[in-house]
Amino acid sequence: MEKGIIQTVKLNLFYDQFQALIDIDMEVPARRITAMIGPSGCGKSTLLRVFNRMNDMIDGVTVTGEVRIDGKNIFAPSTDLIALREKVGMVFQRPNPFPLSIYQNITFGLEVHALGNKREYSAQVQKALQDVILWDALKDRLNQSALDLSLEQQQRLCIARVLTMKPRIILMDEPCSALDPIATMRIEELMQELKKDYTIVIVTHNMQQAARASDFTAFMYLGKLIEFGETGQVFTRPREQLTENYISGRFG
Amino acid sequence: MLREHFRQELRQLEQELLKMGKRVITAVRESVGALQALDVERARHVIADDEVINGCRAEIEEKTIQLIATQQPVASDLRELIAFLDLIVNLERMGDHAKGIAQIAQMHGSQPLLKPLIDIPRMAERVCAMIEDSLQAFLTRDIDLAQAVIERDNEIDKFHERILGELLSFMLHDPEAIRRATFLIWAAHNMERIADRATNICERIRFLVNPDDKTFFHP
Repeated sequence: MEKGIIQTVKLNLFYDQFQALIDIDMEVPARRITAMIGPSGCGKSTLLRVFNRMNDMIDGVTVTGEVRIDGKNIFAPSTDLIALREKVGMVFQRPNPFPLSIYQNITFGLEVHALGNKREYSAQVQKALQDVILWDALKDRLNQSALDLSLEQQQRLCIARVLTMKPRIILMDEPCSALDPIATMRIEELMQELKKDYTIVIVTHNMQQAARASDFTAFMYLGKLIEFGETGQVFTRPREQLTENYISGRFG
Repeated sequence: MLREHFRQELRQLEQELLKMGKRVITAVRESVGALQALDVERARHVIADDEVINGCRAEIEEKTIQLIATQQPVASDLRELIAFLDLIVNLERMGDHAKGIAQIAQMHGSQPLLKPLIDIPRMAERVCAMIEDSLQAFLTRDIDLAQAVIERDNEIDKFHERILGELLSFMLHDPEAIRRATFLIWAAHNMERIADRATNICERIRFLVNPDDKTFFHP
């Protein structure tokens, strides 16, 4: 296996006195889907947010250890935060389109980051919407408000918005928790398409989703990474008793 | 588009099952060939290959269990995965029976066969066709073909009875023939068991296609 695109080395994170992440050593493989599971408060969302330094915005957070993306420590003083967040995009629990048109939602990031040429925006909008399989449904109403779309379409649009930044890594924080089972399955299918070009890290409360949609699974408990392995292995013969207890519903 | 990934995994498992089936068919043919020629070396190959067949079973079983654990299949998807588990057990046992025939070829020693083999090789050809058709019926969910294979088992049973009768009369006439006749009876019996396993596969296919068909619970 090629070296992980994200590596954490002895990563610890504190919210003031409370230690939310404890000595996390993990390697996330490139162009695969890695799911992070564990009971509420285990640190999985905190860890996800470390990968593009979203925790920086919270007061009282201190981090020790390293998170390397493409071999570079993202906590090094020289890190360009904006470049980091271009490289590491994020999709949230509830779809959060801007109250703008479908078209403007896609071009927003391009404008803010002054990326690309305005004359090429149409082509980029088309490409992004095609990548999330929305183009055929929306091509005739690109000027309508994005807020009129179904939740699933809104979530796809938010993924498309991330894709226009040409990230290498897409972080997903419970991206299907607001969606019904059919919409959930469609997003999972989309993830399978996207992993050909992107590395995906997903936090999910839904263990079945982790099992069926991911290639690797990280199980976290009380701030520690208990087990990391291929999803097929973790869900059939976990190495740790704690993992077995959790995935078979004995606690959590 | 829905669950495309899961469908791909199933298709891949089918290909692996087919490969395992082909190995079993080769083992059956080769075991009878080894017996017919009393070729100890050929028999040794069949015995060694049985380990490969067992390995196929272990591999398919592991992948099937992983799919059940990770994909939460229901209805026909679930029956299909359970069918895989059943089919590989049947194929693996066929391999064991072929190995048994190869071992008979080894045990037989240098004495010539009691009689030139005619019916057992014919039986083997028909049994191999049954295995092939049972796998084809599985891949295409063809219950008519599955039913035809089940009916062909009667012919194999008749072969078996005829061979048994013939060899018993050899034994009655000449006690010296008992040892060699017993070897051939074992071989014919193994072949008959292999055909039964192909029948099991076809009954499983009927259940897979039509879950109300429980006839295979009453052999």
